[in-house]
Amino acid sequence: MALEFCPHLLKSEAPTLNLTKSLKVNLTSEELAEARRRLGREPNETELGMIDIMWSEHCSYKSSRQALRTLPKTGKRVVVGPGYDSGVVDIDDGDVIAFKIESHNHPSAIEPYNGAATGIGGIIRDILCMNCRPIALLDSLRFGNLESGNSKWLFQNVVRGIADYGNCTGIPTVAGEIEFDKSFEPNCLVNVACIGHGKAKDLVLGRMDRPRDIIVLVGGATGRDGIHGVTFASRVISEESELDRPAVQIGDPFTKKLVIEATLEALRTRKVTAVKDLGGGGLTCALSEMSNKGGKGVEIKLDAIHVREEDMTPYELLLSESQERMLFTVDPEGQDEVLQVLDKWNLPYSVIGRVTDTEHLIAKYMDKVIVDVPSKLLTNSPLARRTAKKPKAESNAQTPRFTNPLNLSDTILEMLSDPNVATKEAVYRQYDHEVGARTVLKPGDADAAVLRIMGTVKAIAVKVDCNSSYCYLDPYKGHAAAVSEAARNVVATGAQPIAVTDCCNFGNPEKPEVYWQFKEAIRGIAYMLKGLKIPCVGGNVSFYNEDEKSGRSIKPTTTIVMLGLIERLSLITSMAFKRAGESIVLVGKTFSELGGSQYHRLIGFEGGKVPNLIISRERASIRTTIEAIRSGYVTAAHDCSKGGLAISLSEMAIKGNLGLTIDLKAVPHLQSMKAYEILFSESSARFILTSPESQTPKLLALARRLGAPAAKIGKVSASDYKITMGKERLAECSVKHMREVWQKTIPQAFEMN
Amino acid sequence: MKVAVIQFPGSNCDLDIFHVLRNVLHVETNLVWHKNFNGTDYDSAVLPGGFSYGDYLRAGIIAAHSPAMKHIKEMAKEGKPIVGICNGFQILIESGLLPGALLRNQGTAFICKWVKIRNETSNTPFTKTIRKGAILDIPIAHAEGRYVNEHDGIRELNENEQIVFRYVDNQGKTSENSNPNGSMDSIAGICSLERNILGLMPHPERASETILSPFSGSDGLRILSSLAQI
Repeated sequence: MALEFCPHLLKSEAPTLNLTKSLKVNLTSEELAEARRRLGREPNETELGMIDIMWSEHCSYKSSRQALRTLPKTGKRVVVGPGYDSGVVDIDDGDVIAFKIESHNHPSAIEPYNGAATGIGGIIRDILCMNCRPIALLDSLRFGNLESGNSKWLFQNVVRGIADYGNCTGIPTVAGEIEFDKSFEPNCLVNVACIGHGKAKDLVLGRMDRPRDIIVLVGGATGRDGIHGVTFASRVISEESELDRPAVQIGDPFTKKLVIEATLEALRTRKVTAVKDLGGGGLTCALSEMSNKGGKGVEIKLDAIHVREEDMTPYELLLSESQERMLFTVDPEGQDEVLQVLDKWNLPYSVIGRVTDTEHLIAKYMDKVIVDVPSKLLTNSPLARRTAKKPKAESNAQTPRFTNPLNLSDTILEMLSDPNVATKEAVYRQYDHEVGARTVLKPGDADAAVLRIMGTVKAIAVKVDCNSSYCYLDPYKGHAAAVSEAARNVVATGAQPIAVTDCCNFGNPEKPEVYWQFKEAIRGIAYMLKGLKIPCVGGNVSFYNEDEKSGRSIKPTTTIVMLGLIERLSLITSMAFKRAGESIVLVGKTFSELGGSQYHRLIGFEGGKVPNLIISRERASIRTTIEAIRSGYVTAAHDCSKGGLAISLSEMAIKGNLGLTIDLKAVPHLQSMKAYEILFSESSARFILTSPESQTPKLLALARRLGAPAAKIGKVSASDYKITMGKERLAECSVKHMREVWQKTIPQAFEMN
Repeated sequence: MKVAVIQFPGSNCDLDIFHVLRNVLHVETNLVWHKNFNGTDYDSAVLPGGFSYGDYLRAGIIAAHSPAMKHIKEMAKEGKPIVGICNGFQILIESGLLPGALLRNQGTAFICKWVKIRNETSNTPFTKTIRKGAILDIPIAHAEGRYVNEHDGIRELNENEQIVFRYVDNQGKTSENSNPNGSMDSIAGICSLERNILGLMPHPERASETILSPFSGSDGLRILSSLAQI
């Protein structure tokens, strides 16, 4: 229950406090009572606003944090796990990778260009906080169907926002994924991930450990933009959301670039003791989290903050979410040295206070104490008690048996032109994916992007993935599938999966059916992560993604960012067919599993059982593929998933500008399966590999030894795409024509109406 | 040989070109903050790509008024080789060191892709070891790279053999399809009348190591290695 601000609460004595209307808070009456109890008095208006922000879903994870604790988060490579600005993983030789993903769904649904842009801005700062250089961006996007004018507008402007912002900051956008589905109308999803590289010895953590350190607010001047952006993100989108447009921040990628370089240079002085970005919750969030983590307190002077608007109240100063700002704590002896760096980069800053040992956040204005609350009160919200209830099955759980389509060639072509399968080249051409001189496998080359680590022979593979159709039909298996597919994506490039970070996107958690989806999702993710022995080093949760008008939630979607490590550059493998005459080998068994598949989407059916996830199968296929690549047997590798064998093979042929001949009889499958089921089934734990004929027996022997079903199913040919079942000719297409069909869909979405 | 890579606020290909010059070509190279640059300390200078000053007002125009550009002009007068890549090319044009203008791409969007360019002259310090007509694989990444000039300007560039690179197709021919941004006369790079200033939109520093090339080539190095030999 939302509560109007009660005028009888203690009024702040700030001279400029001038709230024109009563302060709306989103705290429940129980939460407000709890806040009073912990504080031992009535909070004043400013304090109440701070508690309201910090106890919002967005900042407090009050609905999700209990479930998130069940994810595995330890491992020999984990340097920093969940709880800090980003997770950090050891990749040997003193090198570390920091990575994190965050949603910017609500702002993007209202103001797609700036919403997406500032989403990138926020995630870059999370990496910077650890003293790692941001080296790559990835984005996972969901929109309604492209027939909708609104979805098309969102799509065009989100992409433009990512391009304009990302390109200017000099961080390459190297990978991503996009799905179109009516459940994301009008709530699009914009999840942005950033990857950073640094040295273990240079890491800093966003915590205040040293009383008397100086607190410096760095970067953009503070204005009234974005105030209460997080409470806005903790509500459903309604017609009134148009009024929230001022809560969307405006991005400034040039200032962001200066912030990046200045922060890294300031950290090199070794006089900066901690860094934290100002994102959701602004100064309130940064000050309370940093001080609470270190068991310290802070005392700041609000009138010292550099502002770009006049007469800002303490309330506004503490809650503003103006972009491109960082908070530094600085060793008092190094103050001049650090400030010189900021001067060099022409970055505005203000020295606003000091770390104390009081464990309280104290904010003064004109020498009067305006705020005095324990940091811990702000950062430790009460848990929200949510109930979970399995929704009634909306559709028939059984997949009906369909007959073979009349013309399989046409079916394949039609599938290639579906926006969910068609190439996203028109999108990634707009992103600078090469700046930094690290991008070895670029967008479109493989299932994951591969970045070299400068000065070493190592590389990392990164990918973000989820299949929302599976997650909707079965949140448990669907989310386990998201983890396994993301793992296969990096494995196909020759990488060992070493860690993930995730971004949960759900509807309103106060609805038991939605909360059930969330709990099932986390259970599925935990199952697969434990099975594959991959730790989760961080995450983000976005709730309230629902259309108020219809009350309909988005399909549950937890995007998984997978990080893989490649020990030698020579192992890097792409998906394009390389030479005619090479063998095509399928690793993993094909079952009749079409629930949530592209085939069902094509024929307009939603239901059935999603692919099964069996850990031993996943492990066997992954080990086989990694070992085969390391042994030099493999010339191309591709995960077999969306669109099944038919589409995965098409992609390899199109990329390599070569054809293929496949006999479905050779595919390891159940006897009773029809041709279309073998072709379009999306069974998990499968890879398509090519190898020179001379290496193929060794590859098959390796698979046998590791317990993965595998078979040579055909050959790479010079031109056409030919699929048979024994002597029966099932599909024949020209690869040139397939490419044309595959390339034309997405550019059409960029045409102006 | 000592090369300066000038860093403006917003430069973002500075570390990439620095890496190639120092670690691949083993040229003595310094990253120099634009306010601290003194041309007499260097034999050559590179203006790297990026978004200097956020490309506010117009790409390259604010950097063109940096004190560093006075030094660049001095160096140019002394005949020292100067290279401007992408945003660096825009800065050279805005400073009047190279003729013409670079406008928003035809089609308006930013384009990041590998293209083919043809070397049009071996008569520059940067291309003297590259055969005229040789085709190079190299990536572009820009939104404002459409080269334009007046009719007479283009004629003069042709007459004076100042067009160094043109976008071409696989067969080495210029065509509408192989011209990614709508540049006049398919121009990808030009040099000054004195031939010691080169501006180009493609990024040779991204095409200097086989590991980064989809074609396993290092054609960018053929241009940049000139800086090691001067």
